[in-house]
Amino acid sequence: MAEKINYKKVFLNPLSKDNPVIVQILGICSALAVTAQLEPAMVMGLSVIAILAFSNVIISVIRKTIPANVRIIVQLVVVAALVVVVNQLLLAYAYDVSKELSVFIGLIITNCILMGRLEAFAMSNKPWPSFLDGIGNGIGYTIILIIVAFFRELFGSGTLFGCQIVPQSWYDAGYVNNGLMILPPMALIVVACVIWVHRSYHKELNE
Amino acid sequence: MKINRQSNIYTLVYIIIIVVIVGTVLAVTSMSLKDKQEVNADADKMKQILASVHVVTDDTNVHEKYNELIVSTPVVDYQGNVIGEDAFEIDVQKESKIKDITQRKLPVYVCNLGVKGVKYILPVYGNGLWGPIWGYIAVDSDGSNIYGAFFAHQGETPGLGAEIEKPAFSNQFDGKQLFKNGRFLPVAVIKKGQKVTNGEDYVDAVSGGTITSKGVSAMLDDCLKPYEAYLERIAVESQNS
Repeated sequence: MAEKINYKKVFLNPLSKDNPVIVQILGICSALAVTAQLEPAMVMGLSVIAILAFSNVIISVIRKTIPANVRIIVQLVVVAALVVVVNQLLLAYAYDVSKELSVFIGLIITNCILMGRLEAFAMSNKPWPSFLDGIGNGIGYTIILIIVAFFRELFGSGTLFGCQIVPQSWYDAGYVNNGLMILPPMALIVVACVIWVHRSYHKELNE
Repeated sequence: MKINRQSNIYTLVYIIIIVVIVGTVLAVTSMSLKDKQEVNADADKMKQILASVHVVTDDTNVHEKYNELIVSTPVVDYQGNVIGEDAFEIDVQKESKIKDITQRKLPVYVCNLGVKGVKYILPVYGNGLWGPIWGYIAVDSDGSNIYGAFFAHQGETPGLGAEIEKPAFSNQFDGKQLFKNGRFLPVAVIKKGQKVTNGEDYVDAVSGGTITSKGVSAMLDDCLKPYEAYLERIAVESQNS
């Protein structure tokens, strides 16, 4: 019998101390792509939470039947199927958002967080903790996405959720949006800043 | 009976079962959502068409506005003859790939804006840097003056090529002429400081979006040329009436 799992830890650790993006450095690719604005970042985050939670549960339920030598393929098939379903749902119920996210939803399949959690956690744990682990990691990912998108949209376009935040009078006075903010490199720099702040709070993470 | 989970037979059967289950789930999802997705795609297309005549709509009123303003949807050929009635069903992407313009089916959306007159909306389709770009050009009934334009893209770089979908870019087209001294010359998109070769009207390219801007220019060239005869025809008709 495995050691008793602390459900609270399983859920809360990925939010900060074991955050998939800023501590495990997974899923950076999509953090670059969808964080130019808050809305797509939010939808991307929610999609990842849903897909991660459900794929974790499914894999956990069938973990004892999966033949060891094709387990990665089985995980991939489950993730891919869920991604396609989410994409179809978005096309039907949130067309504008799905147009904006276009290829990135499909790329959730290649998001390292998913395969990472399936292989590292769901393959060796019961469904309920796996579900919590999926939700926790998904939220951890989403938080970072939202932080990055907040700064990028505010400084890059002067808006938040598409609403004008920087007043017109500033522009008249010579304020200019920072065009670099909406380009991918700035996402990396913002993520790096978040990691910096995070590590100076959690000294034990410093190497 | 104990099943050997490491045997090849078990693996094979397992994979087949997984594939069948997943395949069924995906097929059912796709089938059951298809109608709704098509409605969305159509509504989106209507929105884009109306955006080219500066009519902004949302999901709640797009059908109503479209039915109110779009009075007819002829399909024409390169000589300007009407050959069909349902422009909405024409796949502009497919038509724009046909090299021989005499074979193309050319959709037109005729839009009646009341006091502002009748506008002819022509769809265009081309390639940007990363993927397809497309748009709708609304032309006045003199067949030359551009009343409005709308552009969209699939995956151009935000802040650079993607700027073509912003009004700041598309509004530059308002008032440009397609005919110059009797010659049909679609509007060019050029960088500041460059000169046009044939004296056609031009708009400024998106800074930093060179390839996308060239794509827009090429798209206008390629997709508007076939309409030349049709535009001449509506110009004559509007003078006579």
